[in-house]
Amino acid sequence: MNKNTLLYAGLIIFGLVGAFIFPAYKLQMSFLYILIVLAMTWDVQGGQMGYNTFGNILFFGVGMYVASSTQIAMFFSLAEWTDAGGEKTFVHTVPQFFQGFGVGILLAGIIPTIIAGVIGYGILGLRGHYFAICTLALGIAAGEIAGGIEIIGAGQGMTVPVWPKDLGSNASSSQFMYYLSFGLAVITFITLKWAYSTRFGLVLNAIRDNEDKAEAMGIHTMRYKIIGWMVSAFFVGIAGGLMGHINGYIEPNEIAFAGPTFGVFMVLMAILGGKGTLWGPLVGAVLFHLFKEGFWTYFLGWQYVALGVLIIVIVVYFPEGLMGWLREKYPERFGEVIDEADRTAQVELK
Amino acid sequence: MDFLIFQAPILMVQASMDGILLGILFALIAYGMALQWGVMNIINIAQGELVIMGGYIAYFMYLSGIHPAFGIIVSPIVMYCVGWGMYKLVINKVVDKDLFTSILATFGISILAQQLMNFAFGADVVVAQSDFGTTMLFNDMVTIPNAKLFAGAVCVITAVILVIYMRKSKLGRAIRATAQNARAAKILGVDTEKVYAATFGINAALCGIAGACVAITFTLHPYTGLPYTVRSFMIVIIAGLGNLPAVAVSGMGLGIFEEWADYLLGTEFRIAAVFSLLVLILVYRRFKLSRKREYLK
Repeated sequence: MNKNTLLYAGLIIFGLVGAFIFPAYKLQMSFLYILIVLAMTWDVQGGQMGYNTFGNILFFGVGMYVASSTQIAMFFSLAEWTDAGGEKTFVHTVPQFFQGFGVGILLAGIIPTIIAGVIGYGILGLRGHYFAICTLALGIAAGEIAGGIEIIGAGQGMTVPVWPKDLGSNASSSQFMYYLSFGLAVITFITLKWAYSTRFGLVLNAIRDNEDKAEAMGIHTMRYKIIGWMVSAFFVGIAGGLMGHINGYIEPNEIAFAGPTFGVFMVLMAILGGKGTLWGPLVGAVLFHLFKEGFWTYFLGWQYVALGVLIIVIVVYFPEGLMGWLREKYPERFGEVIDEADRTAQVELK
Repeated sequence: MDFLIFQAPILMVQASMDGILLGILFALIAYGMALQWGVMNIINIAQGELVIMGGYIAYFMYLSGIHPAFGIIVSPIVMYCVGWGMYKLVINKVVDKDLFTSILATFGISILAQQLMNFAFGADVVVAQSDFGTTMLFNDMVTIPNAKLFAGAVCVITAVILVIYMRKSKLGRAIRATAQNARAAKILGVDTEKVYAATFGINAALCGIAGACVAITFTLHPYTGLPYTVRSFMIVIIAGLGNLPAVAVSGMGLGIFEEWADYLLGTEFRIAAVFSLLVLILVYRRFKLSRKREYLK
């Protein structure tokens, strides 16, 4: 049994029993898994492919709305539900709840994937500044549009179906969401680890390093870029669907299409951990979550000020991230061999 | 709703007039963005926050009993210092890094500025009353607040002064030289560091003037900065860098589009229309460029 197996086993066991060891932090840990999914999928574009997007939040919000709307609309009238507001006049029975939940989560994955494919064809041809600002606009436009659509509650937002009473209290609900989000994080990690080890991962890196050259070598870069975005959209959409249930309430600008919070968090987490690495976003998400909880507890009211300062500090002084820093410090651990003679020769040249 | 176009054409005239006056304001902000984009290759996401900040300065003059129109003199001076400080603290460390670093760093500044303004000025929507009265046109069917005319005139005058300054003064020449080739300018004795700081300051000062105009003509709120950034970005990509007439025209076009969208789709979709337009323009631009590439093949 080597070190890696031990590490993976340790993490899996921690995830499985974590809900029992720290029951008070169950909700926080579900958030953490969602954040891990967001950071890792952002890294597919931002780190591996070199396309810095602010727009993945679009899929998060769409997934959130799709999951809940489907679950409601399968059994009730969506318009009446949103009209009723917080009043729980409609109650899902147990089989209805789970049928709706399953279909909703599935659609929450599929619909953002389709959207990513369609939009991606349009905007993945943009580069640099243009891509970043275009995706920023995309996320905000989606939030503003969702805020104007009556049937999903417009600016007031909508409530998510509550956990059926027959299955016990809120504790069982949060248990369920905990394991689902943990499962999602694990599946995302495994999928991306596998994807990065195939030709797909190599092509993404080739696009990052020099897209024109990759194109000249006969790679259909557009195809890979779109597929990469669709993979991200799929996982982010499901994460959004789960997030809606964890929150119990959906609101267009603060929760679903929350550009200034989740939209920035995912970028920050990936950069903090070190973008372009498999483990970086994961480590970054854990660190960031700790930071964030600290801010939210000790600087209440000033948390966004602290967040703004944190962004500036990370970006300006720590752009390589934790993994990048470790890599610089201990290159051997990352499988990089350094030729001492060559290095001293280069130092002398300088 | 669109039957209104035929039933009440005068309302469209009203919307267009509003749009043109609004567009002049956007064009001034966009010119500042084009300036720093051209010189330093930085896109400042905090541009809108600088505008709002400038607006609050005028609002404070109004609160303390001075006529807010004098904000167009005070706020650029204060904002120049703000911009200069921003450059010295953060921007000078990201000038030659990759593009995304500067976008993200200014995004951080924008969040920070929003929050600080929220603490300092409160989360209420405020407006500085200028008591300029209104002008009626076409048998009182079109009304134009004089404050908007004043703001438009201020923006035009500022732009003219700026253009002359950039042509004639020593600093203006240094800025243009740095924009053309920073390295060559450095070799020929231009202190590029100083030029960058001045550029950023001038941009902030422009935002300050625009902000003072916003304060007397529209409303101020700490979180409404980002749409100004997006609008100016949009104007710059349509008009190109350093093309002032094109900036003015596309600014007015955007203003008219926005007023019409506001009028036809409803106010709740106004910001959505602006952001969607940006996405559409970028996508159009990409397909146009890719067609050109095919032609070259």
